[in-house]
Amino acid sequence: MKQLDVSAIKDGSVIDHIDSKSTLKVADILNIQNEEQMVLVGINLSSKLLGKKGIIKIGGKIIDQKEVNKISLIAPNASVNIIKDYEVVKKFKVAVPDIIEGIVKCFNPNCVSNYNNIISKLIVINKNPIKLECHYCERIMGTKDIVLI
Amino acid sequence: MVRSFKHRDIISIRHFNKEELLYILDLANQMEQVDYNDILKGKVLASLFFEPSTRTRLSFESAMQKLGGIVIGFADSGITSTAKGESLSDSIKIIKGYCDIIVLRHYLEGSARLAADIADVPVINAGDGANQHPTQTFLDLYTIQKTKGTMEGLTIGFLGDLKYGRTVHSLSYALAYFGAEMFFISPPSLRMPGDCIEELRSRKVKCHENESLFGISKKLDVIYCTRIQKERFADPVEFEKVRGIYRLNRAMLEEMGIKGDLKILHPLPRVDEMDESLDSTDFAVYFQQARNGIPVRKAILSAVLGAIE
Repeated sequence: MKQLDVSAIKDGSVIDHIDSKSTLKVADILNIQNEEQMVLVGINLSSKLLGKKGIIKIGGKIIDQKEVNKISLIAPNASVNIIKDYEVVKKFKVAVPDIIEGIVKCFNPNCVSNYNNIISKLIVINKNPIKLECHYCERIMGTKDIVLI
Repeated sequence: MVRSFKHRDIISIRHFNKEELLYILDLANQMEQVDYNDILKGKVLASLFFEPSTRTRLSFESAMQKLGGIVIGFADSGITSTAKGESLSDSIKIIKGYCDIIVLRHYLEGSARLAADIADVPVINAGDGANQHPTQTFLDLYTIQKTKGTMEGLTIGFLGDLKYGRTVHSLSYALAYFGAEMFFISPPSLRMPGDCIEELRSRKVKCHENESLFGISKKLDVIYCTRIQKERFADPVEFEKVRGIYRLNRAMLEEMGIKGDLKILHPLPRVDEMDESLDSTDFAVYFQQARNGIPVRKAILSAVLGAIE
């Protein structure tokens, strides 16, 4: 009988195929410490696709598009499963959007977007590896520069 | 292909292709040949300078008035509602209703793009922090074209504050269209930003980084000298380390060996990086460069306001 590494959940979201090293960052994005229902986090699970992977299961929560966009920047290989009554009712891979608004801070301290409550806006100029250009100050950011809001 | 300039924001030199750069230079040349006294009659320019400026502000205002337009605005934001805490966004929302075009200088990078997103009148970036100064680049190109006779295949030395020097960033991108070889000469702490160098190299520009003019001066057709900008340094100690590091003078240049037709440009103001002994030489074209602000800005205002197609 097949044994699951991480227990199934009845309802909620499963974020699978996270690069192991990024799992806790994804957990931060999902703000799991404030969840009231069951949350399961697995790291270094075996994966045909990645070798080792992370997985996060959150009971009772359907993750939203803003969270999916954030995850795509940190874990571009991740997939999302929406679960209802132990069945997968929706499954999709995260995808880096063409424009990222309000979720990544421009790393340039002199950028106007870091003042006056302006919503940050970054144009994705390369998806793998991630390269973002600030719509306002035109600075180019790589993965190491990404600070999520 | 030249896209229409009518109602177009002028935010970054990176938004223009080679043909569009040449179009504005041709138009500037036309502005020197023909009087266009009234073509902007009834148009209002809002000249919003949140940071000090002499050449850019006065040349824009002069250009607008020479074309028959009217200028409103300020040269000191301390006398505006900014001093009461009004945000740039709110200022633009108000001022756009008073004018046909906005010229904005602001200390924050990206401020011109923000203004352009808000305003339904065209916005011209007159310098946003250390980022871009596209109209300066147009007049730098115009000066190079006029004094060298060509912009193609030149060897350019950029000297001074290359980290915060927005005029250098913009001009290097523009000259990339013309097959220039570039030497970036600066102290290590003021080197060209890595992403600028990366972009230039991706556009097949031969780029070199040096700390001194010695050894390379003989190769240069143009030296683009810049001021070490005290106002960009958060730490005064860091400024003192590089203050006055380059001081060009006539004897020094002749001793180093330079081409007889070398031209020295500088966006001005200068402090101590260029000795006055250079001013009377044929090398010095920086005062002519400043004067070129008028025809170039006349060309840009006319094109953006749709007075000339």
